[in-house]
Amino acid sequence: MTAAFSVHGLCKRYDAFALQDITLELPEGSIMGLVGVNGAGKTTLLRLLTGLAAADAGSVVVHGLRLPEQQVEAKRSIGFASEDMRLYRKMSLDWHMRFIAQIYPTWDADYAAALLRRFDLRSSQAVGEYSHGQRVKALLLLSLARRPRLLLLDEPTTGLDPVARVEVLEALAEVLRDERRSVLFSSHNTHDIEQLADSIAFLHGGRLVAHADKERFFDQWRRLLGLGPVGLKLEGFPEIASIRAAGSQVEIKVRSWQADLPARLSKEGVEVQRIDPMTLEDIFVTSVRAGGQL
Amino acid sequence: MSDQLFLSAGDPRPMYQQIIDQITTRILAGDWSPSQALPSIRELAASSGVSVITVKRAYEELERAGLIQTRQGKGSVVTERHDLARTALEGGRGEPSDAVALHGERSGLDGTRLGGRFQAFLDGLEAPRKPAAKNKGMNKSMSKRGSKT
Repeated sequence: MTAAFSVHGLCKRYDAFALQDITLELPEGSIMGLVGVNGAGKTTLLRLLTGLAAADAGSVVVHGLRLPEQQVEAKRSIGFASEDMRLYRKMSLDWHMRFIAQIYPTWDADYAAALLRRFDLRSSQAVGEYSHGQRVKALLLLSLARRPRLLLLDEPTTGLDPVARVEVLEALAEVLRDERRSVLFSSHNTHDIEQLADSIAFLHGGRLVAHADKERFFDQWRRLLGLGPVGLKLEGFPEIASIRAAGSQVEIKVRSWQADLPARLSKEGVEVQRIDPMTLEDIFVTSVRAGGQL
Repeated sequence: MSDQLFLSAGDPRPMYQQIIDQITTRILAGDWSPSQALPSIRELAASSGVSVITVKRAYEELERAGLIQTRQGKGSVVTERHDLARTALEGGRGEPSDAVALHGERSGLDGTRLGGRFQAFLDGLEAPRKPAAKNKGMNKSMSKRGSKT
């Protein structure tokens, strides 16, 4: 199977931040969610993949084409949308659509018309009059209607109202009807990623801390609630990411769940009452607080 | 003693039910002793990150179950020792009350383990403890519970 993109040993250093040794691959036809706190390196990684920034070290290959050497050809198949992209304020969305259609022969006018209806946008209006949400949707429309084989989206749902958010997520899910098309999107909204992504890449402090199929995160993490002696300290349980106690009540979060854990914990005086799966948000926050280890 | 509750969106029980179950656990474990004041509704809502209405609902159900008592304007306290014993025994035939049975069911304890904990709880009630001896007494009941399970 060909990869939509593959990066190897990727490094990019700025004054106050460095993206370090990222090795990652997105199989064609799938959606990857990029999670991380502000400043984790999500936008930097996306910019390196679009060719907007050049790597200090490592390789970037998109659809088998190396960046920056073959970037002109590679960029034809990449669509990028980010909040800090600017539209011409005085021009209408119709004008922008004609403009993009002239540059990209893959522009799909029917699809653009369908997205206009779905996103409930008035195309004759100057985009400077759009609300924040309408501007985000307009940018997405301009990327989607080109039908790029690889869509790179930086925070596509940030700042959208719930209705607009669902519209955008539905539009993204539909992209995947075509098995040759792939999406990489970043978000701090773990619910969006939980809902949409096939795999999750987790960046923290410029490093890739984890990358796995979404289901694997849910299979491995568990939250245990139980009773334990006051002042309980657990040593020798490397799988425990967090432990909190209030009186006799103990809450334990584990990053690699094994069925024999309750029996091992009972030797330490902990009586497990409940074992529940965790939401991606809880997994994410717990690992960041545990120092970014997954 | 920390008043913190551990609520989780991954837990299939609704939030108010998680609050009820954890307060019941804390009372039965002896963390919160009879006549001890519970955190105010607002305080608990703030420290647990849930709405005031949610905590209020939990307190109302705990009061109906007889585990806590609320006095207008004075907040809620854990039910007095003798009342709590009666509440616990109300099921008759020395069986645990609904509140205790419910607690066992929700905590995933089978009959034997629940019986053990219930006995430890009653033992704790029989021998009134001074606040200073509280931890010691609790460890005793915990180890007893451990030996039965």
